Amino acid sequence: MALKLEPLEQFVIKPIVPLHIGKFDVSFTNSALLMTIAVLVVSAIVVIGTRREALVPGRIQSLGELAYEFVGNMIDETVGAEGQRYFPFIFTLFMFILFGNLLGLIPFGYSFTGQIIVTFAMAAVVFIGVTLIGIWRHGWHFLSFFVPHGVPFVLLVLLVPIELLSYLIRPFTLSIRLFANMLAGHTMLAIFGGFAASIGVLGLLPLGLDILIFFLELLVAVLQAYVFAILTCLYLNDAIHLH
Amino acid sequence: MEPESAKMIGAGIACIALVGAGIGIGNVFAALINALARNPAAQVTPFAFLGFALAEATGLFGLAIAFLILFVS
Repeated sequence: MALKLEPLEQFVIKPIVPLHIGKFDVSFTNSALLMTIAVLVVSAIVVIGTRREALVPGRIQSLGELAYEFVGNMIDETVGAEGQRYFPFIFTLFMFILFGNLLGLIPFGYSFTGQIIVTFAMAAVVFIGVTLIGIWRHGWHFLSFFVPHGVPFVLLVLLVPIELLSYLIRPFTLSIRLFANMLAGHTMLAIFGGFAASIGVLGLLPLGLDILIFFLELLVAVLQAYVFAILTCLYLNDAIHLH
Repeated sequence: MEPESAKMIGAGIACIALVGAGIGIGNVFAALINALARNPAAQVTPFAFLGFALAEATGLFGLAIAFLILFVS
């Protein structure tokens, strides 16, 4: 029984509208299409949800209010009142990743959060932005972030490089966490789908497992968007309050 | 050794990373049940799921490497 598995095929970027400017390939791809859809869906929920501003909210308005309050409370609990001025950024980030993950779960869809370059670009923006906020608010005093309080001088020689390294590694862990979750989840779904398709009646077993994994992926999709947003909040808290 | 078999062995070794994730996720939910059994009013479930996601991600790094070894030519 030949088993042909190509579970990573779903992550291939295909150009829909080929376009070249000079040496650069700026084609409109399936990845770009899904990003556009995600932005449109999020915008639609927020715009339609706030259009009527009914006292008793309808379905879409409830969804918008739920997301708004969820992110608002998250920032309040982790950063405090000073964090509210960064609310638009974190709300956008959370909704974009959430709908990227959820749209990727639609069969024959495409998950752009499963591309390392997409997640790394978002993590790099968070990292650079948070560092700039820290420097802007504290000036040179920001460097005291890397020096733990109440530690003997001899240990500082060891601890400061570790703190510095753990700070610099943040964009990588932040991006790889989201990327690896999406990659592993979708690959797992595709592998069990391949089993189900290739072994006949016995294939009902892997199919059932696939359905269970799908629910796990649904949980992971929401959870990873939450984790990305709350870690952004925690980094922001570090930059604003310095320990 | 055939390169193909070396790839298979490598993918299997990369999956050992999931041991740590399993232990970590078990610890997280054991602690959650402990906390909720002692104090049912404790508001710790969001933190437990945050810990679950963080612990799971470390194992998935290894799993992703295994997939990359196996399926990327």
